[in-house]
Amino acid sequence: MNVLIYLVPLALMLGLTGLVAFLWSLKSGQYDDLDGAAVRILPDDDMPSRDIASR
Amino acid sequence: MAETLDLSLFVEPGDAGASHMTLAVEGVSCAGCIRKIENGLTKLPGVIDARVNFTQRRLAVDWRNDETDAAKIIAAIEAIGYHARPFAPERADADESAQAKWLLKCLAVAGFAAMNVMLLSVSVWAGNVSDMTQETRDLFHWLSALIALPAAAYAGQPFFQSAFRALRARHVNMDVPISIGVSLALGLSVYETAIHATHAYFDSAIMLLFFLLVGRYLDLAMRRKTRLFAGNLASIKADFAHRLDANAELVQVPAAALYPGDRVLVRAGERVPADGTVINGVSEIDESLVTGETLYRPVRAGATIYAGSINVSGALTVRVTAVGASTLVEEVERLLDKATQARSQTVQLADRAARLYAPVVHTAAALTAIGWLIAGAGIHDSIVVAIAVLIITCPCAIALAIPAVQVVAAGALFRSGVILNGGSAIERLAEADMIVFDKTGTLTLPEPQVDSSAGIAPEILEKAARLALSSHHPLAAVLARLARLRSPYAGAIEEPGEGVRAVIDGKEARLGSASFCGLAAEENAAHAAHGSDASCITFAHDATAVTIPIRQTLRPDAVAVVEALRKRGLALIMLSGDRPAAVAPVANELGIANWQAGLKPAEKIARIEELKSQGHRVLMVGDGLNDAPALAAAHVSISPITAAHLTQAHADALFLGDQLKPVLQAVAISQCARRLMKENLALAVIYNVFAVPLAIAGLVTPLIAAVAMSGSSLLVTLNALRARLRPGVVP
Repeated sequence: MNVLIYLVPLALMLGLTGLVAFLWSLKSGQYDDLDGAAVRILPDDDMPSRDIASR
Repeated sequence: MAETLDLSLFVEPGDAGASHMTLAVEGVSCAGCIRKIENGLTKLPGVIDARVNFTQRRLAVDWRNDETDAAKIIAAIEAIGYHARPFAPERADADESAQAKWLLKCLAVAGFAAMNVMLLSVSVWAGNVSDMTQETRDLFHWLSALIALPAAAYAGQPFFQSAFRALRARHVNMDVPISIGVSLALGLSVYETAIHATHAYFDSAIMLLFFLLVGRYLDLAMRRKTRLFAGNLASIKADFAHRLDANAELVQVPAAALYPGDRVLVRAGERVPADGTVINGVSEIDESLVTGETLYRPVRAGATIYAGSINVSGALTVRVTAVGASTLVEEVERLLDKATQARSQTVQLADRAARLYAPVVHTAAALTAIGWLIAGAGIHDSIVVAIAVLIITCPCAIALAIPAVQVVAAGALFRSGVILNGGSAIERLAEADMIVFDKTGTLTLPEPQVDSSAGIAPEILEKAARLALSSHHPLAAVLARLARLRSPYAGAIEEPGEGVRAVIDGKEARLGSASFCGLAAEENAAHAAHGSDASCITFAHDATAVTIPIRQTLRPDAVAVVEALRKRGLALIMLSGDRPAAVAPVANELGIANWQAGLKPAEKIARIEELKSQGHRVLMVGDGLNDAPALAAAHVSISPITAAHLTQAHADALFLGDQLKPVLQAVAISQCARRLMKENLALAVIYNVFAVPLAIAGLVTPLIAAVAMSGSSLLVTLNALRARLRPGVVP
């Protein structure tokens, strides 16, 4: 059972890392425009001939 | 005269000569729109950054003051093809988004803690039936305490604070038993751990917080979404005023930037931006939004006019008076004060449940402890069982039962075009057994329409409509909307107060009053033919002359919706400020037998109070300034989005669009939601009927508590989702 001495802190550290990452992403405004992120990946700078904006 | 645009109200100064502004943008629907706006603006000289928030349909722009200004930026957006209006951020808005972030942080902490504590708890449960040693179990319990105590202290704040506030105000809300339950469970668990006991309840306490925070966050997110939407709508529709400066120069300013004493110019066809006194000019004004009266009122110097009315014929110069300084507004404000105070303090389902819940549960726990003591158990064992009762009765299900339904129902209402001002409106809407309608702008469309039953040939109507494009008169504007060709005739001339004339196909055409078209004798005959509730506009071209009747028309689906509401068993009444001659035909068409016309605001309130004293729960639907007190006095109220500002502020819900159907859907969805709330409460009670005896008997282990808690929460949440699964409430 001695393995627990480093496994449990390791598990906690992993969890804490996730929590800190989430709090950081919240603070840096990554959840301010969720729908925008979804549509922003679509444009089309490589296709200048077809104007998607005119749909 | 070149008119400058003053937007200083909306511009926030940044550092080093830069400025920032937020705008609500209409028509942004795809990735291309975002790119067009952002690229178009950043290309402008002086613009530092432009960023569209697609979720909020808002645009944030930063620029350097010495190279460009707010008016140029708005003009640039219009040139790209989008309608943008500066958005004045409200304090409530900022507070709410800060609160949403805080809840999300609490949720994250609770989620992290719940997962890790559960990891340790599952090991302990597995170990208890196999070969776990005492030392390992204690280690796991202490580790759980290490995670759970700080996490609960942080993530429990929303509940602790709310419970503290409630207790200080000497009443009990749902957060009081939640706070007591969580604190006791944690305290007991620490004690149990210290005496090397088998069971600890860290996981139950943290999981309870996690589930409850999910409910809180969803609730707030829904409210924020509707508020964002309403805020954008208000910005897009906000009125601009032409202010006359000291040196008689015209400056265009937002109506919100007007102060008492300012002089404003109101041209024909424009909406009056603020209450005031006419100091120059003669005109007629349309006060249908203020009093419900559809006949125009002539005004001249010295007359008092109200924000929201429309200037019909001549230009007016108006001195802005303080809000509430005019007699009508004063009366409305006074009535509003009284009505808001008198609004029956309806006790909501959730509060009623909380009021019952707290004493029952705490008494049950106390009785359990006493019972076990009498039966001969030790003090320690008795208290452990009592606390298990507190934990297992689990405010979880009860605390989620109502908010979950509210969130789902508010979403369903939002999709059918109804924006709620507050969550409690759903319950009150469902209780309504009688609907009081205003007429003008509520049952009828907010703007008059050309009467299509007059039988005017389409080609003549098209010519008249195109000619109307050159006029500023509100009646002409109504007619102009019918024009298929949107280009006005070349060389059309408007004679103020008379009409417009132009040469069409080599012959002179005139549109305006009958006398302007040379048909003075026929004016009375035309009125007689179309009835006194119609306004007439005459069109003469070549040898043909027609009188086009324009009148208030019912919303397109009003008859069907009124019929459907009646079928649902609601009593219908119409109370209007308009003349009886204008109200009677509408009442007749809708089949509403119970109607009154020519009512003043105080009389409307009196009528509603009378109905309330007869035991009716009244839903008031109205839009005029004169309806505002009645809306506040009624059990629950709905306004169309075109309503006067003050009126909107006192309505429980707003509906969008030209149709009346949202009113029916609001009633239908709320009734469905209320049924689901009651079902959920019943589910929570049934759960307790099974769980509490187990706890009193001392049979509840942490494992059973965890399963019961998640199970009951899931059950009520799934049941709430059924409000979403029934879209087809209305044909």
